[in-house]
Amino acid sequence: MRTDLIILMPEITLLVMTCVVLLVDAFSEDKFRKITYWITQLSLLLTICMVFYYSPDYSYLAFNGAFITDTMSVILKIVICGISIIVFFYSYEYLKESELLKGEYFVLGLFAVLGMMIMSSAYHLLSVYLGIELLSLSLYAMVAMHRKSKYSTEAAIKYFVLGALASGMLLYGISMIYGVTGSLQLTNIADAINNSAIEKIYLVYGMIFIIVGIAFKLGAAPFHMWLPDVYQGAPTSVTLFISSAPKIAAFAITVRVLVDGLFPLIDDWQSILSLLAILSMAIGNIIAIAQENIKRMLAYSTIAHVGYLFLGLIAGTPSGFAGSMFYVISYSLMTIGAFGMIILLGRFDLEAEKIEDFKGLIVRNSWFALIMLFLMFSMAGVPPFLGFWSKWFVIKELVDSGFFVLAVAAVFFSIIGAYYYLRIVKIMCFDKPDTMRAIKASQQMRTVLTINGLLILIIGLSPNTLMNLCLSAF
Amino acid sequence: MIETIYNIISQYILLPLTIAVFPVDYQTEAMLFFQTTIKILAIVVPVMIAVAYFTYAERKVIGFIQGRIGPNRVGLFGFRLWGLGQPIADAVKLIAKEIIIPLNANRSLFIIAPILSLAPALAAWAVIPFDDTKVLANINAGLLYVLALTSLAVYGVIIAGWASNSKYAFLGAIRSAAQIVAYEIAMGFALVGVLIAAGSLNLGEIVNAQSGSVIHWFWLPLLPLFVIYFISGVAETNRAPFDVAEGESELVAGFHVEYSGMAFSVFFMAEYANMILIAVLSALLFFGGWLSPFQGIIFLEDIFSWVPGMFWLLAKTSIFMFLFLWFRATFPRYRYDQIMRLGWKVFIPITIVWLVVISSLVVIDLPPWFS
Amino acid sequence: MVVAIKNPIHAALFLVLSFFSTAAIWLLLNAEFLAIALVLVYVGAVMVLFLFVIMMLDINVATLRQGFARYFPLGIIIAFFMVVAMGLIVSSDYFLSDIYSQGSISTIQSNTKLLGLAIYQDYLYHFEIAGAILLVAIIAAISLCLNKSKITKSTQPDVQVLAKKDDRLRVVKMKSEEKED
Repeated sequence: MRTDLIILMPEITLLVMTCVVLLVDAFSEDKFRKITYWITQLSLLLTICMVFYYSPDYSYLAFNGAFITDTMSVILKIVICGISIIVFFYSYEYLKESELLKGEYFVLGLFAVLGMMIMSSAYHLLSVYLGIELLSLSLYAMVAMHRKSKYSTEAAIKYFVLGALASGMLLYGISMIYGVTGSLQLTNIADAINNSAIEKIYLVYGMIFIIVGIAFKLGAAPFHMWLPDVYQGAPTSVTLFISSAPKIAAFAITVRVLVDGLFPLIDDWQSILSLLAILSMAIGNIIAIAQENIKRMLAYSTIAHVGYLFLGLIAGTPSGFAGSMFYVISYSLMTIGAFGMIILLGRFDLEAEKIEDFKGLIVRNSWFALIMLFLMFSMAGVPPFLGFWSKWFVIKELVDSGFFVLAVAAVFFSIIGAYYYLRIVKIMCFDKPDTMRAIKASQQMRTVLTINGLLILIIGLSPNTLMNLCLSAF
Repeated sequence: MIETIYNIISQYILLPLTIAVFPVDYQTEAMLFFQTTIKILAIVVPVMIAVAYFTYAERKVIGFIQGRIGPNRVGLFGFRLWGLGQPIADAVKLIAKEIIIPLNANRSLFIIAPILSLAPALAAWAVIPFDDTKVLANINAGLLYVLALTSLAVYGVIIAGWASNSKYAFLGAIRSAAQIVAYEIAMGFALVGVLIAAGSLNLGEIVNAQSGSVIHWFWLPLLPLFVIYFISGVAETNRAPFDVAEGESELVAGFHVEYSGMAFSVFFMAEYANMILIAVLSALLFFGGWLSPFQGIIFLEDIFSWVPGMFWLLAKTSIFMFLFLWFRATFPRYRYDQIMRLGWKVFIPITIVWLVVISSLVVIDLPPWFS
Repeated sequence: MVVAIKNPIHAALFLVLSFFSTAAIWLLLNAEFLAIALVLVYVGAVMVLFLFVIMMLDINVATLRQGFARYFPLGIIIAFFMVVAMGLIVSSDYFLSDIYSQGSISTIQSNTKLLGLAIYQDYLYHFEIAGAILLVAIIAAISLCLNKSKITKSTQPDVQVLAKKDDRLRVVKMKSEEKED
């Protein structure tokens, strides 16, 4: 029991620190919210250190197989915490600017991070479910936080109702699997499927529900309906959060459940995922063209990216999974960059929500126009940026495993997708600006955003470092 | 004595009856059914009589406290007997009265409501042990069962208030439901303390865990919980000083303002049955139930060894029942926000803190209670 | 009945009834602790608050039912397919297999004790996460509902209690009136 608890140290640290943040926040006045913010960042840093310190050399199961630490969980946890640090940084700037600064944002955010960490080391369907719930419950509340905004409330209600529905689906699938195999622990499930003569149809029935639940959470088409509204309605700081780290955690559970638990059913989930992937890529990329609101556009681009993310899983090989992992990490780096730009350009009275707000950015501030250019090129998949490599890896794996049609479709849709990313670049560089207002943002904001943009270029120039890391996880 | 009566009834009345009426295959089941019914009656009938005379006692006691005489006219068989016939006269009067159902009231719910409030109050008696062996249903989760049933009483109140289609009744119902829910939490936590101390949810085992002497009873280690439990019990039953649901001076009569005749008296009986239940539970959980107070004292223990356990239980219960009346005559009514404050901000924190304390006492095996 | 009935209060009461029935089923399965806890939590607490809200809001059901007829056929079709699929799966042999026949061990030991052991030993991790989830729910509810507006008036009991007679009452000495002649 004691070793189990030691293995759990990072999570315990985060939970304790969250409670500290909660207490500090509850007993401090509005003008000292800065303290809350700094303790939040500190606790995330501390958690990263803990993850490093307690990272095991081999995979280790704790709590009767409910919890696993292995290379994958360690990498994902560090990435999640790192991304969340950047997210909180941007959010803090945004919240200060729009006078929404409340301590609960950080507390709920930390709980969401905890949920994601639980998800990335879940090895038991119950922990998968509980992690998802912890994450989504915090996110619902964060979306609804801007109470005066009609859109925010609408988004929260939509998110909540559909999220609850998805949880129901997931639970139903889990109960089916449990009914057939008699276990919730992933290795036991895999053993039960391999060893006993259970007819596949019963397992597939449960698995479909589980996949539907996960697809809801990831926002894959045709379960993507909530995504654009929530992205648009939620305060930008929250959209930023929803769009980045939770996808990594959702990727983690997808891999755990499908690969570690239901690997014997690979033929079935490959075909389901292919369908989801093609639909997501098609819907995401095509509808995004018509969007005028940049948050909405990024929402559809997320749907498309989720489609690509599935491609690596469909390949069904360790390097394919590594490709997906590479994809999700690079995706979240890009997306926080893009939302960071929106926050940067936003002003107190008006958010830079419309694509037109980016008009002639190159005249107004050429450096950030360059960063935005990096981001958009990267999302479109232009070499040598990060986004190119992520698409390259998954499509290469797909071809290696013999899914030619799917690979061709992926390339085709990414060409369509390139249109709307490049449209922003065009608007930025060649259109006349409506205003010449200088961008006012703090020095730290500028620095972090610059680092964010440059990271995309730098990792893009030497993708093998990150890829080798991802490969070591499988 | 009770066993003898029970045996006589089951042997000389039930057994021939079952054999005569039922086919052979079902005789054991039928016998079991009859026996259980007899046992239930043996509990319910005394409880109802106790309820009736509790109202009489209330009027007498409060009368005494306020320097009045109380009911003293209605006697039995031509004798005055200090007014002992009063409850029976009341019952006859209420039964004879018409039940008026208001226009636009929800008929079915209006009728069901009083039944819903009385039924849980009586059903909870099923798990009350009167002695080491005398208990109707000796279930493992007895304490939880009692808690669940007392929490159901609120439905009677809330449905009555709503079904009457009257503002005053509805206000009374809302007030009382909010109050009951609030105090139920404190009460539940207090009971959790008891179960931590006793290590069991079974009421019989809880009492047995207290055996030894007066000092061994749980009232000493659980004193804050006992106080909170009893006060919450008073609040749960909507008795003074927490009777804002009735609040004669504000709401006329609260949730049952539209009720008359027997329907009204069923509410009345439910209230008093609940009070007796709370009193019995206090005696069982904190004051050693049927255990003799002289246990462990060398000389007195032998002198009183002939007294049946049930007597001690009833004696303890009567003391708590008296406390209910004493409270009513003594304290002024709380204001509504004060009630809520007391429940949420005072009682619940205290119970939670004391739970931690009692858990640590149990862990360190503190004698004489937890060794 | 919960879904079909018109009056929301009746619907809520039928929901109470169905909780009771669930509890009764669990009781028949020898899960007495769970059954009573279900009654205690759902019937005793959750549904009371539910009823409370419904009674206070006075929902107009007619407006809520407007879209009902339009979506009803679709709902029926989906429900039909779900029922068929479920029927096929659940009626299969796998759910009657011997995995479940070992379940009757708990009759000797106390149900509550076994449950406690399971929660605090085998499923400790999940139990703790569930605790965290509840904490999140509390924080979320409070942060979304707490409205610190200046208009709200509230009494401060500590100030009230500390009030002395001298703060409120001023005894003024006055000369008695001169006798008029």
